Amino acid sequence: MSVETENGETDGESTFGTVSRTRDVAFRYVALAATLVGIVSLALLLANVAVDAVGWLDWQFLTSPPHPSPFEAGIFPALVGSIALMLLIALITFPLGVGAAIYLEEYASGGLLTRFIQINIANLAGVPSVVYGLLGLGLFVGLLNLGFGTLLVAGFTISLLILPIVIITSQEAIRAVPDSQRQASYGMGATKWQTIRNVVLPRAMPGILTGTILALGRAIGETAPLIMIGAPTTVFGVPNSLFSKISAMPMQIYTWAQYPETEFQYGVVAAAAVTLLVVFLAINSIAILIRNKYQQRTEQ
Amino acid sequence: MTSSETEQTDEQNATPTPGTDGLTDSADDWSADQSTDDRTIIEARDLDVYYGDEQALQSVDVAIPEKRVTAMIGPSGCGKSTFLRSINRMNDLIDAARVEGELLFDGKNVYDDDVDPVALRRKIGMVFQSPNPFPKSIYDNVAYGLEVQGKTDDVDEKVHRALERAALLDEVEDQLDESGLELSGGQQQRLCIARAIAPDPEVLLMDEPASALDPVATSQIEDLIEELAEDYTVVIVTHNMQQAARISDRTAVFLTGGELVEFDDTTKIFENPESQRVEDYITGKFG
Repeated sequence: MSVETENGETDGESTFGTVSRTRDVAFRYVALAATLVGIVSLALLLANVAVDAVGWLDWQFLTSPPHPSPFEAGIFPALVGSIALMLLIALITFPLGVGAAIYLEEYASGGLLTRFIQINIANLAGVPSVVYGLLGLGLFVGLLNLGFGTLLVAGFTISLLILPIVIITSQEAIRAVPDSQRQASYGMGATKWQTIRNVVLPRAMPGILTGTILALGRAIGETAPLIMIGAPTTVFGVPNSLFSKISAMPMQIYTWAQYPETEFQYGVVAAAAVTLLVVFLAINSIAILIRNKYQQRTEQ
Repeated sequence: MTSSETEQTDEQNATPTPGTDGLTDSADDWSADQSTDDRTIIEARDLDVYYGDEQALQSVDVAIPEKRVTAMIGPSGCGKSTFLRSINRMNDLIDAARVEGELLFDGKNVYDDDVDPVALRRKIGMVFQSPNPFPKSIYDNVAYGLEVQGKTDDVDEKVHRALERAALLDEVEDQLDESGLELSGGQQQRLCIARAIAPDPEVLLMDEPASALDPVATSQIEDLIEELAEDYTVVIVTHNMQQAARISDRTAVFLTGGELVEFDDTTKIFENPESQRVEDYITGKFG
């Protein structure tokens, strides 16, 4: 703004003069272009996949196990595997992530150790997923002997991967609770736990849920860690225990994309990609609904 | 502010009070004649508070009488809020804060090792500068203290009584389930007062409770404070000297550097202070 006024030229004819808007307008179009690049490419991608999936994505595809023939192949085991994995990851990361965030924000003193932990959580959030896969392989498969490619190992490994994101976003949500609210609670003779439970958590919950949703969105698309922990390329049955070997949709897509038949490379893969996106959007919308309900309850 | 301060000076000139006998001379004032046989409920002895290396209070000695309104006045950063927060140990929440000396509540030093600050705060209610109701219903706001303190019998009755005492019941009686945040600023502050008195504390600390409010809401709060002093000991921090003069029985004047310069009956402080610095502050020459 100030830059613009400095460079603005005044027009002698009008009483106040006019100030040039060239930069204003130019910046507006640059920003618009930046927005469009993202939206248009996403739309093209979705359209492309959707068109390819036509004729392939049907009830038979959703309810059948994989098959060597592209016309009989289905995604059912991977679909169930992905959903089971999501639930397990949510169950693991939510309490751990929120617990860690509460500790760091409400209990830990801002000393050197806390800062060190804080920096490392931020770094962990940026570690490539394949490295977490290696950790999962070494720790859960090797050391704890929980089996190659089982639901439990996959859940633990991907939970570790998204835990830093859940912790960081939860911390931000907790930090955003006004201090006056905590003071009011402490001033009433509430203990720390009472304050956290009654005042801090309800107010931070929408933000915490948003962070967890975003993290789960990342988790559902992960393939590299699954490959590293030895998840089978193709699974024909649905998982029936924590120790069942599982496949997940991105893993199945990756496998199909390597098949020689073009029907697999285009039709079946596209159908699977659409299924993955729909499940992803469904999980997001359920979580957003829960979040909005919480928001209404706390802000009424 | 300035005009009323001048008024104060005029008043002082009009009724000259002879030196130390100011107390007896103003015996017709309701606040002065009561303060002789008061029991002390809070007493600071050589109290120092530090924030890190900075000293916020310098050896404060003060005895606050029971069931009276005691005002703390002084310029910004003089330590009056710090003193208030050292009474119910809210300063404990600030990592850098350190307290030396004694602060006695009912004769017991609240900084002794065996004192639980949470238990202490249950005997001392607090109202803050800007209204800070929880994003809960009006009812739940008032019931909050009862809930966390485990006083779960007759909650309904206690909530209604607290709202009545806070002069808010008539305005909100049919909307107790609605959010406390939907009230006006003045109503929110009275809600916070109701919340503070619902568990029936012995002392009510108020940290500039009217500074964020308009004049009408301010005057409602002031009336309320005078009424509350029938049952509670009220310690109020205020920027507003007229407010202190209007509502308090005793006044403590803090000046820069966290020094308690003078503590006496409010009439005495405003009409004939011992200290020249206090007189300068009150007449607006300084601060």
